[in-house]
Amino acid sequence: MKDVSFGQFYPVDSFVHRLDPRLKILFLIAYIVAIFLASNFYGLAACAAVLVLIVIFARIPFGKVLRAIRGVTFLVLFTAVLNVLFYSGETVYWEWGIFCISFEGIIFSLFLALRLVLLVVCSSMLTYTTTPVSLTDGVESLLTPLKWIRIPVHEIALIMSIALRFIPILMDETSRIKNAQMARGADFESRGLGKKIKATIPILVPLLLSAFRRADELGDAMDARCYTGGKHRTKYKKLRFTWRDAVAFLLGAALIAGVVVMKIYLPAPY
Amino acid sequence: MKAIEFADVSFRYEEGGPLAVSHLNLSVEEGEFVAVLGHNGSGKSTLARLSNGLLTPDAGSVRVFGQTVNEKNLFDVRSQVGVVFQNPDNQTVATIVEDDVAFGAENVGLAREEIGKRIDFALRAVGMEEYRHATVARLSGGQKQRIAIAGVLALMPKVVILDESTAMLDPRGRREIVDVVTRLNKERGITVILITHFMEEALLADRAIVMNRGELVMEGAPADIFERREELVTYNLALPHIGIICEKLRAGGMDVAYTLDAAVLAKEIAKCVS
Amino acid sequence: MRIVAEHLFYTYNPRSPFETAALKDVSLTIEEGEFFGIIGHTGSGKSTFVQHLNGLLRLPSSLKKYRPKKPRKGDVSRPKTVLTVGEFDLADKKTDFRALRRNVGMVFQYPEYQLFAETVAEDVAFGLKNFSEEKLSPEQIAAAVKAALEVVGLDYEEMKDKSPFELSGGQKRRVAIAGVIVTRPEVLVLDEPAAGLDPLGKREVMELLHKLHREWCKTVVIVSHDMDEISENCTRAAVFADGRVRYVLPPRELFRHAAELGEMGLDVPLTAKLCAQLEEAGVHVDCDYTTEDFCRAVLAAWREKKEGAR
Repeated sequence: MKDVSFGQFYPVDSFVHRLDPRLKILFLIAYIVAIFLASNFYGLAACAAVLVLIVIFARIPFGKVLRAIRGVTFLVLFTAVLNVLFYSGETVYWEWGIFCISFEGIIFSLFLALRLVLLVVCSSMLTYTTTPVSLTDGVESLLTPLKWIRIPVHEIALIMSIALRFIPILMDETSRIKNAQMARGADFESRGLGKKIKATIPILVPLLLSAFRRADELGDAMDARCYTGGKHRTKYKKLRFTWRDAVAFLLGAALIAGVVVMKIYLPAPY
Repeated sequence: MKAIEFADVSFRYEEGGPLAVSHLNLSVEEGEFVAVLGHNGSGKSTLARLSNGLLTPDAGSVRVFGQTVNEKNLFDVRSQVGVVFQNPDNQTVATIVEDDVAFGAENVGLAREEIGKRIDFALRAVGMEEYRHATVARLSGGQKQRIAIAGVLALMPKVVILDESTAMLDPRGRREIVDVVTRLNKERGITVILITHFMEEALLADRAIVMNRGELVMEGAPADIFERREELVTYNLALPHIGIICEKLRAGGMDVAYTLDAAVLAKEIAKCVS
Repeated sequence: MRIVAEHLFYTYNPRSPFETAALKDVSLTIEEGEFFGIIGHTGSGKSTFVQHLNGLLRLPSSLKKYRPKKPRKGDVSRPKTVLTVGEFDLADKKTDFRALRRNVGMVFQYPEYQLFAETVAEDVAFGLKNFSEEKLSPEQIAAAVKAALEVVGLDYEEMKDKSPFELSGGQKRRVAIAGVIVTRPEVLVLDEPAAGLDPLGKREVMELLHKLHREWCKTVVIVSHDMDEISENCTRAAVFADGRVRYVLPPRELFRHAAELGEMGLDVPLTAKLCAQLEEAGVHVDCDYTTEDFCRAVLAAWREKKEGAR
């Protein structure tokens, strides 16, 4: 049987995997702030070092990390090239019209590219180490204050988690329907937009029907188990901070503090 | 005490459409194990949905432990009458087994410790304790249905209705489910209504009823029901495999009892032949 | 068309934590004209195997980008994989897989869930239009659709303009089967063709398959875990367990291995159970485990005894 690995979750047991999802989300936000606060390579180096530590502690193979970067290679290169061409620095190597290549330009675009790479790797570390479900739990818990302004946080989180639960089922179903139609000679490789759209109808119609049927049945099953929305509802699983979370929290705080200190006391490297 | 009582209940899905259930009178005693048979479209699933207020009758009334089902007591009725449905993939809300079992108990607002106890109880009752932290998607069909039963049991219902819950399972999965509900009935005194189109499963019940076009057309001990085979055929119900063998042997002139128990039939044949 | 598989291996999600070996050295031959059964639990590799038969799953060597790997140190050398269906060599990238699919019809589990068109006739014609080389005239299409619907036991005039979604469950399944056999495939493969139907529906579907086997498709392969279905219908059956083929035998011999099958968590048909219980009581019944033959054998033994008593 095919095992659909949804999202990016990489199933190993590690220190990072066991952290509270809320902390991981907050840490990611803090990390992004740190990256953008960092104004010199010392700051970024500190960020990168922390990230390397995270990767090691999360026991994610290096290849996986590279794969995360590969997805944004184009974006990184594109912005880097633009930056190199348009940054007006002092040590100019080459000039043509509005374009100019300078030492400062190269350094600056390297800096930005590094920032982007760190950002992407750190975000993907969150999805590599956190199951979709605990991610939604974390989001729900963090958004709780919004309940006071009458935003249905519980419902949103439930919808998210049900969607996540059904995605593998629907993906499986899609490939099943696709196989069945391919066995009837359907051609999904033909070129041309019109043809492509037409080719998806034999998949989309059965898929939608199936999704509606499932939604209907799930609705009944939830009703039958006394579901009436978030009111009066209790939660069996409470997210809890542990010593691991405390360590990670301190690490995050130290990182931001370090970056700020470097920003103030160390000169820009260019 | 009567667990469920249908008094002259009629229901149709759309106005002007055919009656899915028509003037149905039926009562199920507390602690009873009732099998409901009928071909597709005979109204047996509608019966399940009327029993816990998922559907409301157009005429007549449905009473659960003496209480007429209405808008106000739905919560109460549903925690007393649990329904398990057909498709093992479409009943679980959560990804992890224990989270899913907890769902119903969370809905009625129980305290954490109590929910934990309910999960223990429900998983033990269906023999799935070891799978507490497993991912639902990786279980077999039979195991998924056992989790669905556990999810209902976490509400401590007095009645469990299985609405064709074995139809999509392989023989092994079917056996698992039938074993579980038989145990629930015998050991814990839970009232069981098993809706199925497999006659072999109905054999284990105290009483079997047959539905056809929304009406209750036969009622009695399962063995007696199967004796009336000409009648069963008119309701589009196929004889179980073993029944066909009995018939063929009898048609050949052999004097074997009409039985649905393989061991009994083997003994009968051995007696005739040796 | 004869189906020959030798040393078939298949792994899902290779080199990832989800890696699972679904086929581990499967060799199996299905002769033309057989009504062949494939038995096994979910995850035994049976579905993976049948998906190879019409190229939905491909051997690595049949893919365009395939380049034979240089053997590395420590590699276990595997015997050569062979997979042919009639004259089609499925290990060859030059094989016309469209033509193969036309000749090997595949009916998946719950095939009614793949219906999509507005009318029954359109849905049945889908495969026909996809597979034909030149454009067919409306008359040609109508004739083929009519023939396909009629062979599955549906009335063309009554059905053709109906929406497939307003039919009953059994009718939907028939329409779905018609949509596969409309191209007159030589081999018809069905995954759990009777799943989810009530006993009467099951019996009707099996009768339909026999009719198709007689009149329409030379070879029929069914995947099933209902042992009664296998013993009643199949000329031979293969038992899959854990990605390997354990037995390839006619039901008559296969179901003598009740103990071994039991170890794999598989059942035997009711007739085989009765035979085993009779054996214990000292009565030997020699039959091929179909209901028909079992009753014949029992009645014969009974008559013999009566004669002897006289």
